[in-house]
Amino acid sequence: MAKSLFEEKLNSDRFLVTTEVGPPKGVDISEMVHHIELLKDKVDAINITDHQSSVMRFPSLGGCLLVKEHGGEPILQMTTRDRNRLALQADLLLAYSQGIRNVLCLTGDSIDVGDHKEARPVFDLDSVQLIVTVRTMESGKDLGGTDLKGAPEFCIGASVHPAADFIEPQLIKFEKKVAAGAQFFQTQGVFNFDTLRRFMQYARQFDVKILAGIIVLASARMAQYMNDNVPGVIVPQAVIDELAGVEKGKGLQKGIEIAAGLIKTIKEANVCHGVHIMAVGRESIVPEILEAAGLGIGAHV
Amino acid sequence: MIVAEQKPFQEIRGLIASYEKILVLGCGTCMTVCGAGGEKEVSLLHGALRIAQARGGDESHSFLEYTVKRQCDSEFLDVLEDRVKELDAILSLGCGVGVQTVAARFPDTPVLPGVNTTFMGAAEELGVWDERCAACGDCRLAETAGICPITRCAKGILNGPCAGSKNGKCEANKDMDCAWTLIYKRLERLGQLEKMRRYYPPRNFRTIPRPRRITSKAGIELGGANG
Repeated sequence: MAKSLFEEKLNSDRFLVTTEVGPPKGVDISEMVHHIELLKDKVDAINITDHQSSVMRFPSLGGCLLVKEHGGEPILQMTTRDRNRLALQADLLLAYSQGIRNVLCLTGDSIDVGDHKEARPVFDLDSVQLIVTVRTMESGKDLGGTDLKGAPEFCIGASVHPAADFIEPQLIKFEKKVAAGAQFFQTQGVFNFDTLRRFMQYARQFDVKILAGIIVLASARMAQYMNDNVPGVIVPQAVIDELAGVEKGKGLQKGIEIAAGLIKTIKEANVCHGVHIMAVGRESIVPEILEAAGLGIGAHV
Repeated sequence: MIVAEQKPFQEIRGLIASYEKILVLGCGTCMTVCGAGGEKEVSLLHGALRIAQARGGDESHSFLEYTVKRQCDSEFLDVLEDRVKELDAILSLGCGVGVQTVAARFPDTPVLPGVNTTFMGAAEELGVWDERCAACGDCRLAETAGICPITRCAKGILNGPCAGSKNGKCEANKDMDCAWTLIYKRLERLGQLEKMRRYYPPRNFRTIPRPRRITSKAGIELGGANG
């Protein structure tokens, strides 16, 4: 039996679509709930980010509970930046007990890129070790070797960076994540189809599902900013030029067009198993991207 | 070696404000080499403190200066015995170990830190110091081609690079090299990439519990200077 609804979908041959919702900085969760309601039936699962870019926010676990409450399928993003192995395991126990069955194991961005630069970085574990931790807990033991009273089970995801400018060490790490037990990958943003195709020629030998990360850009300036400041994002100059070429105020429209075009190409070429759309604070445009990519309601779910 | 930076001048002035007779105490070892608190820095700081108080029309402090061979060894502090009796405070330009050794040696005299002890490192070029060892107590440099990921990776992770490396630089600080890029390249050069393919389990932070102590009397001749 599948460990989660999402795992069941991973095991089907369908082209999958996931997206992410960022929690608010504060207790007003109305916008997050609105985004969850808007997206839950249009995608196969919703990631809730974990203090994305090391910016303190409402927790991922809380967001996932809201996804559950509103009838969606959550993917719990979990970074090792802020919690040691005790806290991570405890949160996994809580998540499982509340019906959250998908976890994306990440190391997390450096504290230095965020809004609490003086905080102590934890990194007691790394992403590979977090995957091993989940698998260890599934075996009925905690990391200290003590028996658990009731073991959790998760569908485990991880991240990989196909567009890295030095790919070989990234691929070694990818293989370690596969060996540790990752079942699916949501990649860092890819903007170039050939980059993805090259990566998939290599990655197809592994029995894992790959969802290509699609970042929706709203302007050439945003693209340049991400290149300079956002870890794991490398926007090719051609894409920046394309965004720079449109008239003022039309940047987002162009960004949606670029994202939808890439999704369409990926799906038609059947190059990987799905896409993971990251709208970076603009969750409400995701349905429009899906429509434009031919993955609107009816076509998809 | 241990690398430190002298505290900002105004902070030092604040530290000494309530004391009259102050010894500015340098250290002849690491602090001399890194330029934070050797004989030269003691002299410069002493001069600056005197000028500052003369300018302020405030003559409340009197200063002495001295530099010992090593503040972190109690026996090098014996020469201060007579001087200390007259003092209200010692402004130590030794590292954190030095400050504490001085404090333990002279329990009746307040000891104030004049430097911020920063890391163990080496000079990359003249006047530029880079951290090289985190003193983790569990050295794994054999697996990482002599480049320490615990010290030189901002996240101290063991199983390869994060996704934040761009142009070989670290996401946390674009001036610093990505340790995992360096490790990969050197392992490749040594024909040892299989070491990077291995899974490394979570670190043992209890190799030596804090506060750490090592007891080893082997090879130490009693009565010798051992230093």
